[in-house]
Amino acid sequence: MAEVVSLNNPSVKTGLSTKLAAGPRGKKPRPMFSPRNIMVYGALIFAAAYYLLPLYVMVVTSLKGMPEIRLGNIFSPPLEITFEPWVKAWSSACTGLNCDGLSRGFWNSVRITIPSTVVSIAIASINGYALANWRFKGADLFFTILIVGAFIPYQVMIYPIVIVLREMGLYGSLTGLIIVHTIFGMPILTLLFRNYFTSLPEELFKAARVDGAGFWTIYFKIMLPMSLPIFVVAMILQVTGIWNDFLFGVVFTRPEYYPMTVQLNNIVNSVQGVKEYNVNMAATILTGAVPLIVYFVSGRLFVRGIAAGAVKG
Amino acid sequence: MTGHANAGRPNQLLRNLHSKIASIPMILTAVVIFLGGTLWTVFYSFTNSKLLPRLTFVGLDQYERLWSAPRWLISIQNLAIYGVFSLIFSLVIGFLLAALMDQKIRFENTFRTIFLYPFALSFIVTGLVWQWILNPEFGIQSVVRSLGWSTFTFDPLYNSDIVIYGILIAALWQGTGLVMCLMLAGLRGIDEDIWKAARVDGIPMWKTYVLIIIPMMRAVFITTLVIIASGIVRVYDLVVAQTSGGPGIASEVPAKYVYDYMFQAQNLGQGFAASTMMLITVAIIIVPWAYLEFGGRKRG
Amino acid sequence: MKLRLLAAALAATVVLPFGAANAAELEVTHWWTSGGEAAAVAELAKAFDATGNKWVDGAIAGSGGTARPIMVSRITGGDPMGATQFNHGRQAEELVQSGLMRDLTDVATREHWKDIIKPSSLLDSCTIDGKIYCAPVNIHSWQWLWLSNAAFKTAGVEVPKNWDEFVAAAPALEKAGIVPLAVGGQPWQSAGAFDVLMVAIAGKDVFNKVFGDKDAEVAAGPDIAKVFKAADDARKMSKGSNVQDWNQATNLVITGKAGGQIMGDWAQGEFQLAGQKAGTDYTCLPGLGVNEIISTGGDAFYFPLLKDEEKSKAQEVLASTLINPTTQVAFNLKKGSLPVRGDVDLAAANDCMKKGLEILAKGNVIQGTDQLLSADSQKQKEDLFSEFFATPTMTPEDAQKRFAEIIASAD
Repeated sequence: MAEVVSLNNPSVKTGLSTKLAAGPRGKKPRPMFSPRNIMVYGALIFAAAYYLLPLYVMVVTSLKGMPEIRLGNIFSPPLEITFEPWVKAWSSACTGLNCDGLSRGFWNSVRITIPSTVVSIAIASINGYALANWRFKGADLFFTILIVGAFIPYQVMIYPIVIVLREMGLYGSLTGLIIVHTIFGMPILTLLFRNYFTSLPEELFKAARVDGAGFWTIYFKIMLPMSLPIFVVAMILQVTGIWNDFLFGVVFTRPEYYPMTVQLNNIVNSVQGVKEYNVNMAATILTGAVPLIVYFVSGRLFVRGIAAGAVKG
Repeated sequence: MTGHANAGRPNQLLRNLHSKIASIPMILTAVVIFLGGTLWTVFYSFTNSKLLPRLTFVGLDQYERLWSAPRWLISIQNLAIYGVFSLIFSLVIGFLLAALMDQKIRFENTFRTIFLYPFALSFIVTGLVWQWILNPEFGIQSVVRSLGWSTFTFDPLYNSDIVIYGILIAALWQGTGLVMCLMLAGLRGIDEDIWKAARVDGIPMWKTYVLIIIPMMRAVFITTLVIIASGIVRVYDLVVAQTSGGPGIASEVPAKYVYDYMFQAQNLGQGFAASTMMLITVAIIIVPWAYLEFGGRKRG
Repeated sequence: MKLRLLAAALAATVVLPFGAANAAELEVTHWWTSGGEAAAVAELAKAFDATGNKWVDGAIAGSGGTARPIMVSRITGGDPMGATQFNHGRQAEELVQSGLMRDLTDVATREHWKDIIKPSSLLDSCTIDGKIYCAPVNIHSWQWLWLSNAAFKTAGVEVPKNWDEFVAAAPALEKAGIVPLAVGGQPWQSAGAFDVLMVAIAGKDVFNKVFGDKDAEVAAGPDIAKVFKAADDARKMSKGSNVQDWNQATNLVITGKAGGQIMGDWAQGEFQLAGQKAGTDYTCLPGLGVNEIISTGGDAFYFPLLKDEEKSKAQEVLASTLINPTTQVAFNLKKGSLPVRGDVDLAAANDCMKKGLEILAKGNVIQGTDQLLSADSQKQKEDLFSEFFATPTMTPEDAQKRFAEIIASAD
């Protein structure tokens, strides 16, 4: 099972040579325009259109002025490109008395996302490691509870958590919010890490123990260095989830820590006369920019990591 | 510090001590938050708590009211429709896309990014965009009409009968990319020899997928199921962003009922009763399965 | 009256330097984010900042439904804001009872709120066990029909003078491609519209019996059946509104795409912002032109109990600033609502507001449903009426039956 890390190797090599090289699936060398290829690419392109349509609409709309939006249809490209909505969404859209757009919450989102991601991944990876390699009595029970916890709607838990945080004296603080994100990220992350560590060759672990290595030594010296892909997956999932979170950010903190999504909600929901769809769309893209960039940069690692974390188990 | 685990037979409590210490956050989360919070919720669902929890017990009153509330019944029905279709379509579309991607195609990275990017966007954003595209005055309907087909009607968000499918379209857009990735990863994990063997035996490709490959991808399907199903039960933001439960109460979902009654109606008891019902349903389906799946000895 | 005003003003000035010496930042949360609302809040902030303190704005968009849970969590979680908006009435009752809110009786006695605040029911709603816990800032009445003069001109019919004429004009409007009645999709709008119809059609006594005494028999009776008939008309007329927010619906009226809207007087702020004039561009009919009675609900500010002494003092300053006559005038003109004191000069008010003031002076008032019913009963009503307005197949009789059940179990 040591092939885990190199799982994707065949696909990495695909490229121009594909149509010539008989792949391991052993198709006969085939011309570019074979009926089969037309079907495959046709289907893919059709699907891609469905996925791209909303992004296209967002971008196009955000570059139009309001008069044009009222007249035209949403799919037509802008006649006159304007960046006004972007500027407005970032720096001057109002909610109540605050007219400084999304910029207000950007750094807060960063301040929330980074520590929450790091802490939740650290804890979940240790959980997964303990569950995979150091099972103790009752561990499965706790894990089962955790998995069931993944199905509990967040809203239901707000009240108990408000009480717990209040009793700990952490309500309203950044620390409190980080704890909340760690708690709700835990089920799925622990599942992924557990599956990943289970899939690593057991001989490695046994050999290390024979050499006298303990819990932490094995974790840091052997497991961590082998786990880049799954850490990338966890990082992507958490960055996306935490960056996009609105409910916890607004319920468990005070206004000076409000993340960007709170401003997004405010911009989108405070209608001043007519809905300014262009500003809404610009705000939407700006808010989604960070996770989108993370995806574009690390998308390749994502599949590889998932392959390792979800496939074996 | 190290090496103790290897030393003979330590007593039961000290066995795997480090592992236990390291698992304290998980144990606390499982016991205090998930289990404790659940029991607390169930407990208070028998009271008539309003804005703040209080201990005046009213027996099953909250449940009687819950099951006679038309909105709750519609919510359940919507969740069932949404759940079934979402599960089927996510799996089918996700798998088909993954199978297509696995045909040694060019531009695989590009396609994958395209299918996956919606997952980076929040439900608020997803709801907003699709609300905009499905808006009969601006969106698809008006565009098709302006092309000359003047009786064309496509307004799922304003038609009570089909509104839940309007939400489904947006949900699939957001979530199928991830399913595709999971499936693709699964397909990549299948030993090439199996394909070779199938080909030697002259089994057609679709049959190989259905009879051989899919059964081999059991673990992937389970992870995917957990992710999709937990998303279905919790569906809330998307509905709020797209329709706010409208038109009327036609697209209400249970999680929204819980939230609205807990906080807007300031009737915690009613909200807790509704969440208890959700939790029980989940527990009945999930617990036995999860324990079998995750509780047995590890299968290496 | 003059003397009292002077006394109040004096009291205010006494507090002012006091507050200035202990300048504090006070976070104020509210859900006023539409154009007219934001302009009105700015007046409050300006007045408070002038006392040397600082108004830290904590607006949360998406109406009370989104904002209230956040406010309540903050207060119960032990990290409260300096002051927060609620609809006065019963929304904050339990927070007060569990000792989380601050007692304002001192400020209120010092400034004679009991004498200046009219109608007195406003202060009654703030009073729990003889102590005053909130500062009312405005009176909002629901019972208005806003009509677009332009829309009726397009349709070639006279601007109606009452509900019945409006219903009669509906076919002409429809023919001209105009939606007769704009109703937004948010549930509170259809529920509110029904309450308005009830006062207009069944009258004050029936309204009080149903919502005040929670008399389920009346709710199931023939008077209310008539109201449901009217609601059925309204439902037919609202087909094709296809908007969510109340001010988007108002905007349909402003642009002449809809004939009219049943909405509270806060809609006026939107007309004002769009530069429209009462009488020429739009027409307002209090009590739907049938029964000139208005409700006196509104907004109030509550002050959570704070540990920080300077902030506590700033809370007093804010409370007194809110009731201050100058603030009252400036705020309410922008908000389109009526001031909570009868002794201020509202010369700048437009025709519609003057109509409202007259009705108020005559004492043709009822309590708002937020004051009479618990949030829970209100929510059940909202569920019922949003379903009713969106479901053409639901008969008025069925709806009435469910309505009577809600009233029977209301608290």
